[in-house]
Amino acid sequence: MTDASPTATGDVELLSFRVAEQEYSVDIMSVREIRGWTRATSLPHAPDYVRGVINLRGSVLPVVDLAVRLGIQSGDPTERSVIIVVDVGGRAIGLRVDAVSDILSIPEGDLQTPPELLADQSAAFIRALTIVEGRMIRVLDVRRVLPAAEDAA
Amino acid sequence: MQDPLHDIRASFFVECEELLEALQDGLGELEAGGGDAETIHVVFRAVHSIKGGAGAFGLGALVGFAHAFETVLDEVRADRLAPTPELLRLFFKCSDVLSDLVRAARDNGQVAPARVGAILTELHSFGGGAAAETPASDDFRPTPIVLDLDLDLPPVPSARPARTWRIRFVPGAELYTAGHEPLFLLRALAALGKAEVRIDPLPSTPFVAYDPASSLLSWTIVLDTNENETAIRDIFEFAEGLCTLEIGLSGAADGGRRDMPSAAPANNEGAAMPVPPPLGEEAASGRDPRLGKTAATVRVDLDRIERLVNLVGELVINQAMLSQSVAEAGLAADGKISSGLDEFLQLTRDIQDGVMMIRAQPVKSLFQRLGRIVRESSDASGKSARLVTEGEATEIDKTMIERLSDPLTHMIRNAVDHGLESAERRLAAGKPAEGTVTVRAGHRSGRVVIDVGDDGAGIDRPRVQAIAEERGLIPPGLTLGESEIDSLLFLPGFSTAGQVSRLSGRGVGMDVVRNAIATLGGRISISSEPGRGTTFSISLPLTLAVLDGMVVEAGGETLVVPLSAILETLTLRNEDVTRIGPSATAVRIRDSFVPLLDLAWLLGYGPGRPLYGDAIALLIAHDDGTRAALVVDRIVDQRQVVIKGLEDSYGRVPGVAAATILGDGRIALILDPSDLMSRPQGRPGLRYAEAG
Repeated sequence: MTDASPTATGDVELLSFRVAEQEYSVDIMSVREIRGWTRATSLPHAPDYVRGVINLRGSVLPVVDLAVRLGIQSGDPTERSVIIVVDVGGRAIGLRVDAVSDILSIPEGDLQTPPELLADQSAAFIRALTIVEGRMIRVLDVRRVLPAAEDAA
Repeated sequence: MQDPLHDIRASFFVECEELLEALQDGLGELEAGGGDAETIHVVFRAVHSIKGGAGAFGLGALVGFAHAFETVLDEVRADRLAPTPELLRLFFKCSDVLSDLVRAARDNGQVAPARVGAILTELHSFGGGAAAETPASDDFRPTPIVLDLDLDLPPVPSARPARTWRIRFVPGAELYTAGHEPLFLLRALAALGKAEVRIDPLPSTPFVAYDPASSLLSWTIVLDTNENETAIRDIFEFAEGLCTLEIGLSGAADGGRRDMPSAAPANNEGAAMPVPPPLGEEAASGRDPRLGKTAATVRVDLDRIERLVNLVGELVINQAMLSQSVAEAGLAADGKISSGLDEFLQLTRDIQDGVMMIRAQPVKSLFQRLGRIVRESSDASGKSARLVTEGEATEIDKTMIERLSDPLTHMIRNAVDHGLESAERRLAAGKPAEGTVTVRAGHRSGRVVIDVGDDGAGIDRPRVQAIAEERGLIPPGLTLGESEIDSLLFLPGFSTAGQVSRLSGRGVGMDVVRNAIATLGGRISISSEPGRGTTFSISLPLTLAVLDGMVVEAGGETLVVPLSAILETLTLRNEDVTRIGPSATAVRIRDSFVPLLDLAWLLGYGPGRPLYGDAIALLIAHDDGTRAALVVDRIVDQRQVVIKGLEDSYGRVPGVAAATILGDGRIALILDPSDLMSRPQGRPGLRYAEAG
């Protein structure tokens, strides 16, 4: 169902990934690349969810640990962690996730506004919800992930 | 003599392109029905500016046409003529002809006179007839070239007898590589009169030996014209040095021509030069370098250079990574690899230097602006002062030139306002009434040093201390050394002027200057001698792109400390370290106590260590002379690092100036020692510097 439907007009393509056993996704248009985990250089006095900065082919890329940012857990990144490089208003940010799962093509109409009663920390970053094969997938609003980018938006 | 004109001419044509663009835009707006009164003014001004410039260069045809065009535009501007669609169409045609004329003038080309004539006729029917001095009469119209009459170089060409010239034109390969087209030159010659162009016999090169890049064609032109030799040479002006040109009057030697009764040189002009010197050789020896130089200048978008600088930065990092990998793989012993790597290193350095040179500019432009500041300041303060500049050719990074402008302006104002005494006091002290402000630039041990000095009274140190006490900047009754007093000038909110003058004392003090210099990675220092004057010295890195740093480790992270901030490195001994508060520690270095900053703790990488025995510390200095000892785990290396901005990608991090990429590909943070020291926990001692 997911891969079978080609990109028709009105469809949204999402890159889905796992963060601590929960499924999230981002608009594939904002994804620049996916790369393996490398140890980040910590930034002094940075918020706990900022893992630090890594070298992305010569430029400095800040990396946000999504699990910490979403308030799910604060485990240390493993060798199997993946960094999704997303473009936020012209700036690149790395998102550390546990694994990338799929590319989904979903009709725009299937995206639902999240219910107001989502009270946990992650609610602030969820743009929409959708159901694929019985699983709930949250669509992330990447602009909210970095505080500075949030100000700029 | 021709050199400056060459450049001006080139820039005129660049400007013409812009004006033609504005003209087109304006006409487009008028045509679309948009545009207001201002639009037609813009159009008029564009044409008028082209005319003005063309007049200055004696481009007669261009001036004549622009004038006719402008006259009709003026009618529209004055509301005497309605911009009907027909008229606008004509204007578009005019603008096309105008741009052709501009290009023809630039490339020594020619626009078909018939085409210009036709348009002119149309223009005249709208009132553009006033263009030429002569009223539009029947005999004028078919020959629009007559427009040259009142404006072109030969004042009365028709008065000159027609003569026959024999011109041999041998283009060099450079003529073609420089983008010239012999056809245009030949056409331009033909426009001077009756020309007979013959191609010279080709040298008998076998076809296989034929080099497509070489120039084999040459022409002999027999020209009947009223023009003199200068006019002919003018056509080849841009081809000068790129071809061999022989111009001579065709006499009896020319068997091919019979019908020229006045061919014999009748006036002295012709007699004076029976065989003109072969211009090509003359040009090759004397003028080629100059021509080459002008041609080699290109205007490049700064962004592109920026990109190149960044890429070279990558290359430097990449080179370091490669060397490290080779060393790790144990291949360094292989002679071939290591010598290849050495060459690569050398090349990388050369490329880096070369790229930095692109960005380097002489400080002259900066110094020229300062002359005006001195004049203004001396006018405003009523003191007579002059500026002396030295080392104007010293080159520094372009970005730095821009960012030095404000601090230097302020320093110059200070020098005139506070440094120099009034004329009476100067005379009383046996100095000339006119004060001198000297700005001197030069390279000193890998840095650029700019001194701003005055020959005034010098710093009145007791007064400086008194003012600082008065303002509550320092506790009263301190015993301070000379340099300590001098550095008080850099405290925020300090101003020595008894009364706030119009020039300085606007709340922007030397502290702002110091901060501006510090953000450029520079330092500022003062030297002053009573009665002799004060000199502020700014020392700057050669470039903003690389930095000499000490690579250290603290709390498991690798960090870079700018070498410029480090005074010395030391190994601590337990008996020298004293705890002076719950979180404040000081170390005794010789006879003074210096606050001890545990870097790992300061940056939040880990807890501070309980004991400092045998720990390694870097003695760092703030620009105001405040010192601190930075405790690190280990000193790794001392090397040049490429600066990567952090603020664009993440934002400002306290205590961190920028980032860099190390040989292993990981990012290391470059510390900002001044910022580290000014953080609250970093300032246990030396309270006086914190006030304000």
